[in-house]
Amino acid sequence: MMAFDLIVIGAGPAGLSAATLTANKGAAVALLDEQSHPGGQIYRHVTQSGETRDSVLGDDYTAGRALVEGLGAADVRYIPSATVWSVSNSGHVVFNVQGRAREIEGQFVLLATGALERPVPLPGWTLPGVMTAGAAQILLKTAGMANDRAILAGAGPLLYLLAAQMIKAGVPPLAIVETQTWRDYARSQRYFPGALRGYRTVLKGLGLLADLRKAGIRRYTGASKIEILGRDRAEGIRFVAGRSIELESDAVFLHQGVVPNTQLTRALGLAHEWSDTQRCFRPTTDEWGRSSNDKLFVAGDGAGIDGATAAEHAGSLCAAEVLHQLGRLTRSARDTMTQPARKGLRRERAVRPFLDTLYSVPDTILRPPDSVTVCRCEEVTAGDIRQLARLGCRGPNQTKAFGRCGMGPCQGRYCGSTVTELLAFAHDESPENIGAYRIRMPIKPVTLGEVASLADLPDSHGELTKEENRLTCQTR
Amino acid sequence: MFRAVTTEPAENDEFEFYFDGSPVPAREGDSVASALLRSGVLEFRSNWKSDRPRGPFCMMGACFECLISADGKSVQACMTTATPDLVLKKIDDSIGRDDGF
Repeated sequence: MMAFDLIVIGAGPAGLSAATLTANKGAAVALLDEQSHPGGQIYRHVTQSGETRDSVLGDDYTAGRALVEGLGAADVRYIPSATVWSVSNSGHVVFNVQGRAREIEGQFVLLATGALERPVPLPGWTLPGVMTAGAAQILLKTAGMANDRAILAGAGPLLYLLAAQMIKAGVPPLAIVETQTWRDYARSQRYFPGALRGYRTVLKGLGLLADLRKAGIRRYTGASKIEILGRDRAEGIRFVAGRSIELESDAVFLHQGVVPNTQLTRALGLAHEWSDTQRCFRPTTDEWGRSSNDKLFVAGDGAGIDGATAAEHAGSLCAAEVLHQLGRLTRSARDTMTQPARKGLRRERAVRPFLDTLYSVPDTILRPPDSVTVCRCEEVTAGDIRQLARLGCRGPNQTKAFGRCGMGPCQGRYCGSTVTELLAFAHDESPENIGAYRIRMPIKPVTLGEVASLADLPDSHGELTKEENRLTCQTR
Repeated sequence: MFRAVTTEPAENDEFEFYFDGSPVPAREGDSVASALLRSGVLEFRSNWKSDRPRGPFCMMGACFECLISADGKSVQACMTTATPDLVLKKIDDSIGRDDGF
């Protein structure tokens, strides 16, 4: 089995910066990523993008190119299109590449698996044509495509960014339906002075809003009772914003912020904590990103939502500590080296309380009405969960056992947080006490043939085959 | 309607793959999901329990709503790179639906 000083899972900003930095200081590093190209979702396909796409997606996107190029110049064993399905607390990582499973071992493992869109359970959200705002961005980044009659709904800066990009691409959204109210606005004001430490982010936001005004994009704020209309596909949206409003569209992109993707950290049984302002669980980490297991680190949005720039900083903090643990960096060198990253991280985090309060998630999205589907895979409704709570189910694992909620192919990724919120409210408990799904390996579907291929090593040392070597040397 | 709004030089060469017997035009950079969406296919499968239509939701391999069948194996359309002459079809899970689950 191949052994590495550090195995990084996820080639987004956190994973890229950590892998590059550690490798450049001489450590043996493997970087596994599920996508075919490095960059994560935020910098997806950034090295494939040319002039026209660059101008649509903007500077914050193209800024990622330097990170990806840094990887290309570093001596990192980069393995794209690798689906990690098992990680052990001793540092063994099992993944599939091209239908075959491989196992490698790391003295340290960095989990940099990023974020997922927070589920936005509302009537009609399972209809074809309803997607996440993140999905719309991925389509722009990877395939240069957009929907020419789209409606964006929910809350958060990503909606403005997406709208501004669509305007530049010549397909402005028909409308933005926003859930934040004047109360959210009032509550957020006390955090505004603090947010000014991250003034660049605030200015960017104001710039985006100016773009929307100039393009004459209709914005409805304080929207409630949002539902997607249509029988077999999305046909429109209905909501209340002062009065009841109905708009026609076959593409609705939802967004209520993002939450850490905790599938791996949960499956590993690491300690997690609840964040009341971000309304999500995140793995407990120290100032270097070390989890409750000394061998395992977590950096980037997977450790708490702070954005791409913060993730890059967090990745470099983790890299410095790993290098120190490996004996490649003295304590004082580590501390000196990481000063800029710490400063940058503080600046990026300064703006979060303001954003998290202004674009907080409405109660009716956190805890939807009875008829709304919560678990998309197994079609379990909010009413079903409330009924199971009345029957005595105290936690998500009980409602799972009794009602199959979270047992489908997505393994609870898009219902977990809703179930926790519903049960917490039903039992008048904190989400922290209610807890989350117990996730088990494999965290991605794997066939028996793929499991069996673990025994079918190309040679007795478990070296990668020529074909795999060729694959893993490609960084573009 | 989904349509191409930017075209990079490499994407000018179109090719085709097959979904449920019909040719689907695709270009460099496309996943199976993006190519299908652009050709107007929104419904990729139906929910195994309710039979209600489903299509891509997250486009990043997390939601599994875009599962389709490739050589009898379920794959995520958003995680499958579009390549010439792929032969894909909708998943037929009608066998599992009536057996008491």
